[in-house]
Amino acid sequence: MSSPTLDPTDITVDHDGPDLEVASTPMSTPMSVPASVIVRPGSLKAERVSAWFGTNKVLHQVDLDMRAGEVTALIGPSGCGKSTFIRILNRMHELVPTAKLSGQVLLDGVDIYGDDQSATKTRSRIGMVFQKPNPFPAMSIADNVLSGLKLTGRKPENRDELLQVSLERAGLWNEVRNRLKDAGGALSGGQQQRLCIARALAVSPELLLMDEPCSALDPTSTRRIEETIAEIAHDVTVVIVTHNMQQAQRVSNRCAFFLAAEGTPGHIVEAGDTKQMFNDPVDPRTADYVKGRFG
Amino acid sequence: MSNTSPTIEQFAADGPDDEPRTPRTMLPEDWGMMVGSGLAAVALTWVVFYRLLPIEGPVGFWIVTWVTFVLIYRQVVRSAHGRLAGTDRVVAVALSSAAAGLFSVLIIIIGYVVVKGLPGITPAFFTQTLEKVGPLDPETKGGALHAIVGTLQQLGLTVLIAVPLGITTAVFLNEVGGRWARPVRTLVDAMSGVPSIVAGLFIYSALILTFGWGFSGFAASLSLAVLMLPTVTRTCEVVLRLVPNGLREAALALGAPRWRVVLQVVLPTARSGVSTSVILGMARAVGETAPLILTALGSSILNANPLSGPQSSLPLYIWQLIRSSDGGQVRRAWAGSLALLVIVLVLFSLARSIGRPRFSNINAGYANRNTDDGELARLDPAFDLIEGPSDRTLDRLDAHPNEDDP
Repeated sequence: MSSPTLDPTDITVDHDGPDLEVASTPMSTPMSVPASVIVRPGSLKAERVSAWFGTNKVLHQVDLDMRAGEVTALIGPSGCGKSTFIRILNRMHELVPTAKLSGQVLLDGVDIYGDDQSATKTRSRIGMVFQKPNPFPAMSIADNVLSGLKLTGRKPENRDELLQVSLERAGLWNEVRNRLKDAGGALSGGQQQRLCIARALAVSPELLLMDEPCSALDPTSTRRIEETIAEIAHDVTVVIVTHNMQQAQRVSNRCAFFLAAEGTPGHIVEAGDTKQMFNDPVDPRTADYVKGRFG
Repeated sequence: MSNTSPTIEQFAADGPDDEPRTPRTMLPEDWGMMVGSGLAAVALTWVVFYRLLPIEGPVGFWIVTWVTFVLIYRQVVRSAHGRLAGTDRVVAVALSSAAAGLFSVLIIIIGYVVVKGLPGITPAFFTQTLEKVGPLDPETKGGALHAIVGTLQQLGLTVLIAVPLGITTAVFLNEVGGRWARPVRTLVDAMSGVPSIVAGLFIYSALILTFGWGFSGFAASLSLAVLMLPTVTRTCEVVLRLVPNGLREAALALGAPRWRVVLQVVLPTARSGVSTSVILGMARAVGETAPLILTALGSSILNANPLSGPQSSLPLYIWQLIRSSDGGQVRRAWAGSLALLVIVLVLFSLARSIGRPRFSNINAGYANRNTDDGELARLDPAFDLIEGPSDRTLDRLDAHPNEDDP
């Protein structure tokens, strides 16, 4: 890692700034609680995160606070590093052989890239839903939902209950309750995506990352997924990449606007409360983007 | 939303359905053009062959008929539907003829073996050996039991050695990779070019001569495994490469370690393709004769212990008997060929039924639009094998998972 890493005391100090700044949002940490105390598990904080593919720098010193129990939307034009950033958040970035990064990603105050942290454990705490629905074609609907446990060598204590609860949280239970043994691939695209959400939720992650989860879906399916996000956001922190400004406004509490000018790495132009970002953006580029004047 | 949709009962109230139709591409007049052109071609060729020119012979007759048919058919379709349609039909006829020609060769080979082999199939063929068979004994005496036992044992051992090794190597090449993948792949490719007799010679000189093992069925299995390994490995690798990367990522994102991803997601997804790779490997090994001469040697008596002593097998049995001047022996050899074909068929269907995908996707047409099932359905690698996967396939598969968002 080329950039200077911060030691834990620095992090605590650093935490105070943004905390005060967004204290007006209803779901933020109460000000009376010291920032170093984690009130609710599942908060994620990126600090000076830069990323490279080979020698090509794609992200430049991104700082972002993703608060527990909130939905954070990452917006910005294509190629600005949103997907790379969200893949850094659960250590999927390193699956690309030439991928490198610097900086820290703190899950409840602990750097997930620390030497004592395992990638597989981190990923089972931070779930991910992909742009394209990808249920396992060799598994039934039920097996798909429970695959996360099997794949990490765990046995569910109460299989049927976990199955039902996960599918209910993803808003799919009523549609598939009578065909749990059918192939996951036989569902429609929107149902497949909700199946993937159920699969991710079944391992009880603290966070759920969603990389353009609705871009391949029709408006009805998109609405169902947005309802699902609203329902799970109470107990799972959600980070969502979206190209859809209306969607970002509908689902998110907070927003981060990424931008990469020609030939430069992506960085955050502005981050903050979604309402404020859309109604009264600080940066003129944000204003142009959210109003649809470019991008 | 669903409350306002009509129920099945309400639909039923609309009365009985109209007769379902299957859209047709060939109208009666199209069939007429084809049949008419065919008759015209036969008639014209007959006149040319048997009335105008002093040539004859059925092969030449049918070849000339075919060419005449294509020309006439093209002109007929052209005059009715235009030039483009004419060319289209000619290409369609050429492709169908090529397929039919290939298929008929297969039918002729199998049919010939069946016709020649059936008379030799007697109860004794499956229960006796050649141990006490003299030159003048009838076919009701003596059989191929020793050869059938030898073939099954040798092939079984070969599969036990080569399949796990081949699949493991394929998993290494595709799922692990790294800088050793390329030399290993080159080595496997080089291995697939090894002539079968050289594989036999290698086992003969390395194990039988140097270590004094003596001839055995196991030595034969080792030499066959050398031949089977590259086929299984390369086919399996192609098949694993067709498993969409999104599935691996989905499994990894759930916190799975790589070995579980391979065992529980990648291999089950590629199941039918992997079984095809085993079938192709068996097909490579089952008919080999040359390496067996140097390793199993062949025998007329039953040796049910593959670990020691010369052993026969059906290819060796056929090879030894077909050269005989004795008609009975030749008929036994043909019966052996038939038995070999049947064994291959049984093993193939066995491998197919083991490798049947868990979900035969009834809704594939619907689901394909949203998933990679279309690609999965093509996991049968037969066409990719001939020239290797196309560059386009490789590009797509090796592509960066997030190519649109670096």
